[in-house]
Amino acid sequence: MSEGSMTVGTPALQAASPEHGGFEEAVETPLTPDSRGKLGMWIFLVGDATTFGTAIAAYAALRIGNVNWPVPSTILGIPATALMTFILICSSMTMVQGLAAIRQGRQAAFRAFLFLTILGGLLFLGLQAREWHHLIFERGLSIKTSLFSATFFLLTGFHGCHVIAGVLLLSVLLIRGLFGGLGAAQARTVEVAGLYWHFVDLVWILIFTFVYLI
Amino acid sequence: MEQAIAPGQVPAEYIEPNYLAIWLYLAVLTALELLVVYARLDKALMIGLLIGLAWAKVAMVAMYFMHLRFERRGMLVVALSPLLLIVVMVTAMVPDVSTRDYARRHSGEVAWMVQAVAHNLQGGNPNSVGLSKPQGNGAGR
Repeated sequence: MSEGSMTVGTPALQAASPEHGGFEEAVETPLTPDSRGKLGMWIFLVGDATTFGTAIAAYAALRIGNVNWPVPSTILGIPATALMTFILICSSMTMVQGLAAIRQGRQAAFRAFLFLTILGGLLFLGLQAREWHHLIFERGLSIKTSLFSATFFLLTGFHGCHVIAGVLLLSVLLIRGLFGGLGAAQARTVEVAGLYWHFVDLVWILIFTFVYLI
Repeated sequence: MEQAIAPGQVPAEYIEPNYLAIWLYLAVLTALELLVVYARLDKALMIGLLIGLAWAKVAMVAMYFMHLRFERRGMLVVALSPLLLIVVMVTAMVPDVSTRDYARRHSGEVAWMVQAVAHNLQGGNPNSVGLSKPQGNGAGR
């Protein structure tokens, strides 16, 4: 690690310029132009995971400490939410297939899988909007109603914002792909976006369990 | 699975796990979760099973979809660090939960105190009218 950090500047800079594209040397460097995007995303995800973890821990503390907490399934629709979970799992699946496609230079397949992933995200958001509409306008819940509704809206809303951001991010990639801006050389960009998307799926698995099922 | 990839180097061939199997695994575990919820098991058993199933799914997504399985070991340590931080956070919440737990176990007593204070503020003797102080502790248990 120490020897790597001393030599980080030189090979990274050389490899970054196209005329040195074939530059390869057995130097151990922790950050290459290829890996720094991924490492940056992981650093963000670690911070984001801590935020979600803290929010879920706070939710658990409030729930354990309050006697009159309702059983979630009496208010929330479990089957519809299970469908949302399944949709996110499927969109993670199409995301990895899209990444495999662009790595192999199969452009059409890449665009199709990316489109399906975005579609999954939009379906999820549509179902969540339907759920929120039902809870707010038909059952009269709001963030001020109770601790149950406050924690529910905060946790699912914060996650929903992540899905919206993910859909936007993937849409930018799809547009770039459609206009020929993404080749096999940009597979790393797709991988980094995919990391974010899988993380959103991962967090939903936990929210589904802690907020809906338990 | 320890491939001959030098640390810090980008592997020439990416490893593609069997994604269909992982997708099936996740779908089956989701179905199992629903089964556990609708089976009306003992509450502690249900919660234990659900948390176990959730983490089994999370581990699969992180290891294979997010490729942690194929990264260098250090990345796994970075990815796991939030869990440590969350343990600290949960510990920090123990005082809050434990004091509320007192209120729950002694809910009758607390209700009596609240009523008594309210009665007293209205100028009455808290020990006189209509208030029966709960006997013993752990009434609400």
